Amino acid sequence: MAQRQRIFFVDRLAALRNNEMSLREKIWQINWSLIVLATLISGIGIAMLYSAANGNIDPWASRQLMRFGAGILILLMVAVIDIRIWFRYAYAIYFVALALLVAVEFLGVSGMGAQRWIDLKVIQLQPSEVMKVALVLALARCFHGMALEDISRPTSLVLPIAITLAPAALVLKQPDLGTAMMLLMVAAAVFFCAGVRLWKFAVVGIAALGSIPIAWQFLREYQKQRVLTFLNPENDPLGAGYHTLQSKIALGSGGLFGKGFMQGSQSHLNFLPEKQTDFIFTMLAEEFGMIGGLILLVLYAILLTYGIAIALRARNQFGSVLAMGLTCNVFFYVFINIAMVMGLVPVVGVPLPLVSYGGTAMLTLMATIGLLISVYIHRDVRISRRGLGIEV
Amino acid sequence: MALIHEDNERSKTFTRRTLLLGGGQAVLFSTLAARMYYLQIIESDRYKMLAEDNRINLRLLPPPRGRIVDRYGTSMAANQQNYRVVLVREQARDVGQTLDRLARVIELSEYDFQRVMRDVTHKRAFVPVMVRDYLSWEEVSRIEVNAPDLPGVNIEVGQTRHYPYNEQLTHILGYVSAVSESELTGDPLLELPDFRIGKQGIEKQYDGTLRGAAGTSQLEVNAVGRVIRELSREDGNPGQDLVLTVDATLQTYTHERLQAERSAAAVVMDIHTGDLLALASTPGYDPNLFNVGLTNEVWNQLVKDPLTPLTNKAIAGHYAPGSTYKPVVALAALESGISPDFEVFCPGFMKLGNARFHCWKKGGHGKVDMYKATQQSCDVYYYELSKRVGIDRMSAMARRFGLGSAMGIDLPGERPGLIPTRDWKLAKIGEPWQLGETLISAIGQGFVLTTPLQLAVMTARLANGGKAVVPRLTRQAHAAQKVESPDGTELPDEFPDMDIPSAHLRVVQTGMDLVTNNPRGTAYRARIKEKGWEMAGKTGTSQVRRITMAERAAGVTKNEDLPWRRRDHALFVAYAPVHAPRYAIAVVVEHGGGGSKVAAPIARDILIETQRRDPSGTPPIALVGGQLVKRG
Repeated sequence: MAQRQRIFFVDRLAALRNNEMSLREKIWQINWSLIVLATLISGIGIAMLYSAANGNIDPWASRQLMRFGAGILILLMVAVIDIRIWFRYAYAIYFVALALLVAVEFLGVSGMGAQRWIDLKVIQLQPSEVMKVALVLALARCFHGMALEDISRPTSLVLPIAITLAPAALVLKQPDLGTAMMLLMVAAAVFFCAGVRLWKFAVVGIAALGSIPIAWQFLREYQKQRVLTFLNPENDPLGAGYHTLQSKIALGSGGLFGKGFMQGSQSHLNFLPEKQTDFIFTMLAEEFGMIGGLILLVLYAILLTYGIAIALRARNQFGSVLAMGLTCNVFFYVFINIAMVMGLVPVVGVPLPLVSYGGTAMLTLMATIGLLISVYIHRDVRISRRGLGIEV
Repeated sequence: MALIHEDNERSKTFTRRTLLLGGGQAVLFSTLAARMYYLQIIESDRYKMLAEDNRINLRLLPPPRGRIVDRYGTSMAANQQNYRVVLVREQARDVGQTLDRLARVIELSEYDFQRVMRDVTHKRAFVPVMVRDYLSWEEVSRIEVNAPDLPGVNIEVGQTRHYPYNEQLTHILGYVSAVSESELTGDPLLELPDFRIGKQGIEKQYDGTLRGAAGTSQLEVNAVGRVIRELSREDGNPGQDLVLTVDATLQTYTHERLQAERSAAAVVMDIHTGDLLALASTPGYDPNLFNVGLTNEVWNQLVKDPLTPLTNKAIAGHYAPGSTYKPVVALAALESGISPDFEVFCPGFMKLGNARFHCWKKGGHGKVDMYKATQQSCDVYYYELSKRVGIDRMSAMARRFGLGSAMGIDLPGERPGLIPTRDWKLAKIGEPWQLGETLISAIGQGFVLTTPLQLAVMTARLANGGKAVVPRLTRQAHAAQKVESPDGTELPDEFPDMDIPSAHLRVVQTGMDLVTNNPRGTAYRARIKEKGWEMAGKTGTSQVRRITMAERAAGVTKNEDLPWRRRDHALFVAYAPVHAPRYAIAVVVEHGGGGSKVAAPIARDILIETQRRDPSGTPPIALVGGQLVKRG
């Protein structure tokens, strides 16, 4: 009796607090240190873009600044929207993103041998970036309310696997191996957190290893080349290994303290390719040395720690899984990009979050942080299976 | 209850696994930091070096080639500005239109057009493409005036070798030309596209001195090779100037005097110092052609020309010395104890077994002594001397006078001549020596071969009192030169004595004086009449063809009636002034006929000109620290 009352009380309290939370209260609840963190990281990025243009605000820094401004607005909007709304529209958002991925096939603009953009005039939309968030939303919704028993039933995994494979296949077809891998890894992380048994991962892992020779056949020539180059980059310094080697030279020559802001000879003399996008970390490390690189790395670590803390604090499963999935997503961005420029993984088109020049990535990452804050604000909200506030 | 338990279980799993993932992320971030440490701290020096390699380009600055001047400092080979017009694509924007405009200002051939259009597409946008070179001043100024209408059109200045004396000094100076594949030594300077090296003459012999050392410029370049700025510059050493012993004006005179003949050579030298004052060989060729690049047509013409313009006949022409050899034979006879008063009766021939050895004078000279025999060039007298002296002693004397071996002059392509001995014939031909061969050797025929340079040196050594003077074109010592100077930099003006009694030399000198200054001498008509400038000389006529027995029976054909190629060579050697000798000369006119008629007048004119200018009497120029200084 007492127990039932206690449950009722807790439920009541939570329901009351959350249902009636005013906008003001929500703004009060916003995790401002996360926004400060995002601003710091973006600021570093804008400074590097200024340097990349040899001390000019155009063409990159100014536009990135505008996107950051728009990103902050989106972040705040996303943050204060009730998590149950996100829960309710999770699949809808996913299907929109999926539709955009399909649309890219027909309307897409090619870049670096792959169809990746849709030209919306205002912004060149990269649906694969949007999908990274949408997939996590959809999976979080999928796993919400599933008990461990449910999860251990193989049939219950059919839907999340389908949700994962559909966009991964579309992205692979673009072809964008890096993003496809990222989608799979983020999904795996979500599956893992949700409580999928470890032996199932082992089975999938072995199956994946077995299918590598088959997958190899489907890779484009430049993708094969990138993998081979990764395995032995100094073999062909002017050919396919050029990117990695030049990146390592620029980075290594930066030393402990770097060559100074706008003094990176390798970046400024254009030996470093793609310095404003995928290889921007190299430029940072050339100009500010290991100290500069570590500072950025620590900022990311703090961001990730916040994300994990939010995931642990959230009392609803949707919020926990969503927060952890998004955090893993950011982690993969950061890790793959930095590991790539340092020659630890093959060259794949993954930007450095909030730093690399690119509109869609900037906006989706700001939305990601917004979602994290939303999970934080609504950490005690109970979500029914259909997304209503009160359990029926 | 079950629900809550289930919930707790699930959230425990989530927490555990989230922390596990978080830990994994921490580990991977640490990996990134470790990798950063490896690349930026441990391997940093290596990458810094690679970064500098990327960034810095070394560019060679070719040194200006040293000038070549004559003994008075007159420039004989110098560098001229070569103005060329180049086009930079990225500045020109519309290349075709710019070229059209340029063609209205200077002359451009259809070939130039096509070449530029092709080069422009192959090279990077900022690399200048050569449109035309060797522009005249007028063309340069016309381009400058129209510069506003010609975007991307620039004038560049290069250096090109110029020889103001054209073919008159070719055989001394040689020429420079583009480096060929086989001449590459690994020195990157040689691989520069418009670098030139000496291919002939002094230009080849002293190439190292004249070339200098390349400087380097460190340039910062970007990834596509565009120069951003110059980081540092190390100037090389310009090539050293070279002073020759030659008197360019005398050389010009000599060359022009020889040009009246089809093919000839002459050497004028200072008998005391060995300074070569003129060294001419005709015909010559224009060395400036080689600098720009010769067409195949012109090259083939030069190679196939029967008058061999490419050969420096003064040092590489092999000629039988004819009677100019007789002074050597006389000295050999004097040394073996034969008196100058020794007399021989010349009936016009000498009998040896069944063969008759003719004197050039059909009726013979009658009774002659050594003086008369030299004065009138009596062959029979010298046949008689040679019979008594023998070939080996004659040849030994010839060698002491510098015949039969290269003089080691500082020019490429010198030939040694040939002075035969018994051993030489046995070794080379495999037959024993014949007495008849001794006789014809005595009149400078048969196996005997000399170069005009050797004949000049022989004459100089006769005239300077038996000093073994060595010819030279520069005062700087050269490795090929046999005489070592005490300080190693300059050749001495003193030469070792040849151990020939001056009484013997006087006999020969008197004989040569009689040749030109006695009315019965063979070259009396070519004598120098100017007081104090008189010369002493010796005529020579060397046979090119064999005179057949049938011809002898029918009477020897007159030289003038023969085709040019079969006519005799005309030779003359002389020194002047006769009583205080200073200059020696040797003249060879190929197929010129008689020495007295053809070669002697040329030698006379050149010797008069030489004494008028008296190059040995004026202090020559010297190089001190790269500056030309008059010698005290």
